[in-house]
Amino acid sequence: MPGVSTTYLEFLRAELVPGLMEGLWTSLVVIAPSALLGALIGASVGVLRVYGPRPVRRCAEVYVSLFRGTPLIVQVFFWYFALPYIRIGGRGIVLDPVSAAILAFGLCSGAYQSEYIRGGLMSIKQGQIRAALALGMTTRQAVTSVVLPQAFRRALPGCGNEIIYLIKYSSLASVITVNELTGMATTIARNSWRNIEVFCTLGAYYLVLVTLATWLLHLLEDAMSVPGFERHRS
Amino acid sequence: MSMTNVSVPVLEGRSLGKTLGGNRVLDGVSVSLPKGCVKVLIGPSGAGKSTLLQCLNFLMPPDSGSIWLAGREVNGKSRRELCSLRQQVGMIFQDFNLFDHLSALENVRVALMKVKGLSRLDAGERALAELARVGLGDKAALYPANLSGGQKQRVAIARALAMDPKVMLLDEPTSALDPELIGEVLAVIRDLAQNGMTMIVATHQISFSASLADEFLFMDKGRVVEQGSPAELLGRGSASRTQAFCAKISELTGETEAECRV
Repeated sequence: MPGVSTTYLEFLRAELVPGLMEGLWTSLVVIAPSALLGALIGASVGVLRVYGPRPVRRCAEVYVSLFRGTPLIVQVFFWYFALPYIRIGGRGIVLDPVSAAILAFGLCSGAYQSEYIRGGLMSIKQGQIRAALALGMTTRQAVTSVVLPQAFRRALPGCGNEIIYLIKYSSLASVITVNELTGMATTIARNSWRNIEVFCTLGAYYLVLVTLATWLLHLLEDAMSVPGFERHRS
Repeated sequence: MSMTNVSVPVLEGRSLGKTLGGNRVLDGVSVSLPKGCVKVLIGPSGAGKSTLLQCLNFLMPPDSGSIWLAGREVNGKSRRELCSLRQQVGMIFQDFNLFDHLSALENVRVALMKVKGLSRLDAGERALAELARVGLGDKAALYPANLSGGQKQRVAIARALAMDPKVMLLDEPTSALDPELIGEVLAVIRDLAQNGMTMIVATHQISFSASLADEFLFMDKGRVVEQGSPAELLGRGSASRTQAFCAKISELTGETEAECRV
């Protein structure tokens, strides 16, 4: 077994860091589009669940219960392993592992995000819309310039939390052969047998990613903060 | 402010009816607001005062009856017509309903930009002027969370005035205020009335409205049961229900009966 005799620092420099850096890049390639997709789906579905016509509301609710009610790994397997067997016009839909992961994470994250957006929208008092209408605004103007800016501020902590979760569950992409952080780490561990070092270092990578994301989200919250909508500092 | 003005009323509701959850909240109420006149709605809670006001600008479309703005019927079907009606009919709410995420200035400015299409600069200038008019020129940058109740209501009045309304509906404008803050809002309302603004006010501030109103409308169970000048309804020797109701309120709020009479 090569490498067992080298020190942790040498192992880190020679194998672990180069491998994890490659994995980190792939992780970001999965996380960033998934988070964006999740936020877009979450915002639209959240708004539709509150303001959509009844049939649209029902569809949105079915979507949310489906994607919140099944394990994420089942969804990942579905998009990667089952989709090819769904034949439209004779050909199955084959997604490459990264695309399948992004689709799975985006759709799942969107379901949760829509809950936060819906909660944010519902927390806005009816009087706010009534006041906007009474000034002669249309319903659309009232929603876009009065309700959404407030609802978004209310939803931001929850939505940010969901992005933190997303960073961590992106590790599931490794089960469909995406060589992101966790995928790379398991490969290195398998080859080196230095499990403690590999997985503790892997954990540290996620910790740094999450800490960075938390900091960025707090910056965003502060930038959008107005009296009455401040971030609650602990 | 003469009531003998025979010209077309600025705003008129004819035999308005509204049923909410099986309750007949408005039962054929008619109210007419000639230019420059101030009418005061009084009556027990649940009488339909607030519903009446909200029907007049279609925030709550009436089930029956009609709304007339400057002699033209508004049916509330077209969005353009509704927006135009609501611009001309300013509304003040009991709980202010300031936009919580906007500063006082932005609260007044936003509809000027979105509805009237004014530029940011022009809208801002106008908004500042309106805030100054209600004595809040120096509070323009503050957010609702940092304003007192009285200040919030004055911002709400400035916001409504900025749209150049022809008539104002005031739905218990001082009922959510601490007693010591009521005066500053009443002063602004008095100022408006003295400048000839057409108004209908639902309020429990009896002596204040008696000194201001051209007409009292006493509502109960969705109907206007008494209607007349404050002097007629509250005058010495009057045995009106209005008189009895006002005497009861005044007792509770510490106004003397003498103050209640005109």
